[in-house]
Amino acid sequence: MNIIVTKEDLSKINFYLNKVVSASLAHSILLIDRSGQLITQYGNTLDIDVLSLSALTAANFGATAEIAKMLGEEEFTLLFHKGRSENVYFTAIGDHVILVTLFDDRTSLGLIRLRINQISGDLSNVLVSIFEGGRTVPLGEPERRS
Amino acid sequence: MPFINFSKDEIQCKIVYYGAGFCGKTTNLQYVFNQMNEESRGKMVSIDTRGDRTLFFDFLSLNLGKIRGFDIRVQLYTVPGQVHYDATRKLVLKGVDGVVFVADSLKVQRKKNIESLINLAKNLAEKGVSIRTIPLVIQYNKRDLGETDSELLPLEVLEKDLNSMLKVPSFPGSALKGTGVFETLREISKLVVKDVSRKIMLVDQQFK
Ligand SMILES: Nc1nc2c(ncn2[C@@H]2O[C@H](COP(=O)(O)OP(=O)(O)OP(=O)(O)O)[C@@H](O)[C@H]2O)c(=O)[nH]1
Ligand SMILES: [Mg+2]
Repeated sequence: MNIIVTKEDLSKINFYLNKVVSASLAHSILLIDRSGQLITQYGNTLDIDVLSLSALTAANFGATAEIAKMLGEEEFTLLFHKGRSENVYFTAIGDHVILVTLFDDRTSLGLIRLRINQISGDLSNVLVSIFEGGRTVPLGEPERRS
Repeated sequence: MPFINFSKDEIQCKIVYYGAGFCGKTTNLQYVFNQMNEESRGKMVSIDTRGDRTLFFDFLSLNLGKIRGFDIRVQLYTVPGQVHYDATRKLVLKGVDGVVFVADSLKVQRKKNIESLINLAKNLAEKGVSIRTIPLVIQYNKRDLGETDSELLPLEVLEKDLNSMLKVPSFPGSALKGTGVFETLREISKLVVKDVSRKIMLVDQQFK
């Protein structure tokens, strides 16, 4: 399977990410797939190593999901790390994607969650068309090695 | 799964270094990290037990330049090789596009290599991926310990143990000294990119 993101997809996604950022004062949002690949970033992430952050986030999320399963939970619904000035909030959007929101003391987790909830349905629809919309190409028989 | 971003003309692929505990996966990545220039590599991230055994993974992102107008970015991961870390190995394998199987040439590790390869096949199969079709390269590591040394398995024995069914490209090497490291990386990148570009040819008319 391969995942294809077009310019059109990205402008739709960025439209929703912009909504969250501008209405909540979060300083940046990353959209990451569950295997650790960065799909897009929005906002001010200039001085962060976003590729490493994506790999670590997906691993962290995956490990936490396994812990939840062991405890008989389907998945933990709130994942949040609070630092002295920087905070990070993780949200699963559908089955394939994690939204990582970075924010500081100018805003609050409550407001961030509210803004994400308002767009998560629409965003999820866009993502479903990327990940499940039959856009992965039929490859016929897998190539066999001689 | 390869991640094709038509908005940035970029392809991201995930390559995982697999193999028994202590076989030299982390050492492979460290060598690559030290040799590549800073413009084409990111930071190396290691989640390990006090700088030693891998606990979760090592991660290194590389830019391999352009192919057919696309920027090729590969993300190298290692798994923790120790048997009891199977759950974390499965997490690291998520979305894998190509595998380097690192085998330890030491005689005492013969059984461990075979078990690890079987474990790889099983964990891939759980994700619906066949070890017979995924891009795969084998590296016979620690050859610096001496071809004549009775402690080392001859290459023919390693080939027979690990590669008689798979028949994939294989390289003797020493991750510690750096021999064979880039040959291995180049070959797996080539196989993965070939696999991906076959897919692009099928889609770029459709989506560009
Ligand atoms: N002589 C020699 N030693 C090596 C070579 N490659 C790795 N080593 C040594 O083997 C030990 C284990 O290497 P690592 O790279 O940490 O092994 P690993 O496969 O990452 O092990 P896990 O993280 O436990 O799965 C270290 O002491 C390395 O220095 C090699 O090519 N030759
Ligand atoms: Mg290691």
